[in-house]
Amino acid sequence: MIMSDFVSGFWNIYVFGITLVSILGCGVFLWLQGTAKHVEGQTTGHVWDETLEEYSNPLPNWWRWLFYLTILFSLFYLAMYPGLGSFEGQYKWSSTGQYDKEVQKADSQYGPIYQKFLKQDVPVVAASGEAKEMGQRLFVTYCAQCHGSDAGGVKGFPNLTDKDWLYGGTPEKIKESITNGRNAMMPAKGVKPDLSADEIKDLANYVRSLSGLAADSIRTQRGKELFAVACAACHGPEGKGNEGVAPNLADKVWLYGSSEATIIETTTNGRVNRMPAFGEFLGEAKVHLLAAYVYGLGGGVVPAAPVATMEAPAAAAAPAGAQ
Amino acid sequence: MQAQATYNYKVVRQFAVMTVIWGIVGMLVGVIIAAQLVWPQLNVVEYLSYGRLRPLHTNAVIFAFGGCALFATSYFAVQRTSHAPLFAPGLAAFTFWGWQLIIVLAAVSLPLGITSGKEYAELEWPIDILITLVWVSYAIVFFGTIIKRTVSHIYVANWFFGGFILTVAVLHLVNSAAVPVTLFKSYSAYAGVQDAMVQWWYGHNAVGFFLTAGFLGMMYYFVPKQADRPIYSYRLSVVHFWALIFTYMWAGPHHLHYTALPDWTQSLGMVFSLILLAPSWGGMINGIMTLSGAWHKLRDDPILKFMITSLSFYGMSTFEGPMMSIKTVNALSHYTDWTVGHVHSGALGWVAMISIGCIYYLLPRLFGKAQMHSVKAIEVHFWVATIGIVLYIASMWIAGVMQGLMWRATNPDGTLTYSFVESVKATYPFWTIRLLGGVLFLAGMLIMAWNMFKTIAGGQAVNAPVLQPAAAH
Repeated sequence: MIMSDFVSGFWNIYVFGITLVSILGCGVFLWLQGTAKHVEGQTTGHVWDETLEEYSNPLPNWWRWLFYLTILFSLFYLAMYPGLGSFEGQYKWSSTGQYDKEVQKADSQYGPIYQKFLKQDVPVVAASGEAKEMGQRLFVTYCAQCHGSDAGGVKGFPNLTDKDWLYGGTPEKIKESITNGRNAMMPAKGVKPDLSADEIKDLANYVRSLSGLAADSIRTQRGKELFAVACAACHGPEGKGNEGVAPNLADKVWLYGSSEATIIETTTNGRVNRMPAFGEFLGEAKVHLLAAYVYGLGGGVVPAAPVATMEAPAAAAAPAGAQ
Repeated sequence: MQAQATYNYKVVRQFAVMTVIWGIVGMLVGVIIAAQLVWPQLNVVEYLSYGRLRPLHTNAVIFAFGGCALFATSYFAVQRTSHAPLFAPGLAAFTFWGWQLIIVLAAVSLPLGITSGKEYAELEWPIDILITLVWVSYAIVFFGTIIKRTVSHIYVANWFFGGFILTVAVLHLVNSAAVPVTLFKSYSAYAGVQDAMVQWWYGHNAVGFFLTAGFLGMMYYFVPKQADRPIYSYRLSVVHFWALIFTYMWAGPHHLHYTALPDWTQSLGMVFSLILLAPSWGGMINGIMTLSGAWHKLRDDPILKFMITSLSFYGMSTFEGPMMSIKTVNALSHYTDWTVGHVHSGALGWVAMISIGCIYYLLPRLFGKAQMHSVKAIEVHFWVATIGIVLYIASMWIAGVMQGLMWRATNPDGTLTYSFVESVKATYPFWTIRLLGGVLFLAGMLIMAWNMFKTIAGGQAVNAPVLQPAAAH
C-alpha cells in the first residue's frame, strides 16, 4: 500500500532526502572530527575560571566505532523497513500487515476450538467445564471492568449472577445483549414532568414500600396515586416492571440504590445507561461462549420452558426477567 | 570600578536554596502518589487524588527542582567562565521571582484539575505565557553574559546551557500553542495524531534538552572543578554536543510505537534513538574520564561521589533508552512500570544526583564557607540516596517486565492468561519496595536541607570578585 500519509509527492522526497542526509551527515561529521588534529595528553591551551582546561585527546576508538555501527544499522534498517518517505522497505513490513497476519494466524489456530462450541446450544455449552473456563477468561478480559470479576455487578452495572434480568435471561436474550448492546433511559420525572420535589418524595416512599422497605405511610398513600399517573406506564400498575422496558420496583434488587435519597435522585434526574455492543469486536463464537458463561452463573432462564418462576426480583434500570 | 566588580551570586543563592526546597516538595508528592498505589484508600479527596498529584509531582521535580538547579548552576558557571558578572541583573531577579510564581501557580492549578492534558506541559495558557516571558528573560541574561565575556572562547558548559535554553524556548512555544476558551481552559492547536506527535516531539526533547543538555552543562563545569582535573577530550565534547542536539530532535516518535502514527515516522524515531546512544555516552565518557588519574579523590570526597554516580546512571539510562526504543523491546516495555523505572534511573540517578552534587559545591562558596556544615552528612546523604535509587529502579524493572509478560501471556485457547487486575495485584510488592526507595531518597533530601540551613546559619552571603582571565599560554 502506497503511503497515504503524504498530501503530495514533495513530502515523500523531502522526508527521504532529509533523513538520508542527516544520517550520512552524522557519519561524515564523525569521520572529519575523528581525523582532526590532536595532541594526546596536552591541553588546548584555553583556561577559564582559573582552573578549567581541556585535554586535546582524540575521540576514543571504541566510541567512534559504536557511533559508526549505529549509523550502519540505521541505514540497513531503513533499507528493510518503512522509514524513508513512502519507500516500503525490502521486507514490505507494515504494522497493519503484521496485525492482520497475527489475527489470521490466531483465527486459524483457535477458531476450531470456538467453532466446536458455537455448534452447541447455550445450555449445553454452559454445562461444559472447558467452555466455562474459556468463558471466564473472556469475561475477566472484556466484561469484568464493569460487571466485576465475579460478575456481581456494582452501582449502575447489573449483577449477572442472580435471577433478575433487565432484558431477559434466556440464551437468546443474553446473546442479544452482548452482541448489540443495550441502551437504557429513564426519563426525568417519568411521564409527568411537572412533579414537584415534594411529590417526588411521596413517590420515593411509595416505591420503597413496594418491596417492604420502611416508608412514611402518608407519603406512601399520596405516592401511590402519583405512581399511577407518572410511572405505571412503564413500570406497570403494581411496579413489577416490564422486561426490556422498565425494571421491577417491587423486588430487592436495586441498580442504583434503594435509599430514599437515591430514588429521589433517580426520579428527579432520570437515568441513562448503556451496555456497549460486542458482536462486531468479538465475533459470534466468542459471544456465544460468553453468553453461555453468563447463563451458567446461576441466573440463566431456561428457554421457552414454563419453569415455575418465582417472580424474579427486579432492579432499577429495567424490569425483572422472570417469565 | 573594575577591581570592585563582583559576580552576581544573589540570584544563584536564591535558586540554589529553592532547589533544595522544591526538591523536597516534589519528591514528597512523589512519595505520596507511590503510597497511593500501594494503598488506594489514600485517595481521599479529588484535589489530592493520584490523577491530580501525579502531574504535580512531575512538574515539581522537573521544572521546580530541576529548573531551579539549572538556573542556579548556569548563572554561576556562565559568569565565572565568561569572567563577567551577569548581564541585566534586574532581569535575572525577574527570572527568579517569575519562576517561583509559575511553580506556585502550578501547585495550585494542578490539584484543582486545571490542565491542558499534555504530559509535562499540563499548565494552562496564562501560565504558559508567563513561562515564555521568564524564559526569554533567562535567554537575554545568559546570552548577554556570554556576549559580555572577557575571554575569547566560550567554555563547553555554556554550549550545553545555551543549547538547552534555546531549544526549550522552541519546544515550549510550539507544543503549548493552543486556542484559549476561558482563563482556565484551552484547546491544543493540533488535532489527533499530529497532536500526539507534537506532544512527544516536545516530551522527548524535554528529556533531551531540559533534563540532559542542561545537566550536561552542569557536569562540564562542576565535575572538572570538583575533581580539579582538565576535561578529558575537547574533541569529544565538540562531537557529542552537535551529535546530541541534532539527533535528539528526531527521537520523539519512539513514544508512539504501534499507534496511529505512520510506520515510517515510528521507524525514524527508532533509528535516531539508536544513533543517539554514542552521542549520549560521549558526555558520560568525558565526565568519568576527567577523573582518570584522580580516582583516589572518590574515597573521601562525597560530592565527587554524587557526580560520578550520576554519570554512571546517566550512561545506564542512555543505554536503556535506545534499547527501549527498539520496536520489539518496546512492545514488551511500553505502558509498564519498566518505563517508570527507566525515567527514574535518569531522574533520580542522573538529574537529581548531579544537581545535588553541584548544589553542595555551590552552597559553601555562596555563603562564604570553606565547606558544607557537615561533610559526614553529605556522605550519609549519598548512601541513603543511592540505596533508594537502586531499590526504586530494580523494583520497577522487575515489575515492568513482569507486567509486560503477564499482559501478553495466552492460554492454549488464545484467551489471555491473566486479567489486567491480576497484573495489578502481582505488582503490589514491587510498588511497596519502590515506595521505600522513594522514602529513602526523600530522607536524603531532608538531610541536605538540614546541612544547608546549618551552613547558611554559620556563614554569610558573599559575592566573589570578578576574575581577570588567565593569559593564554
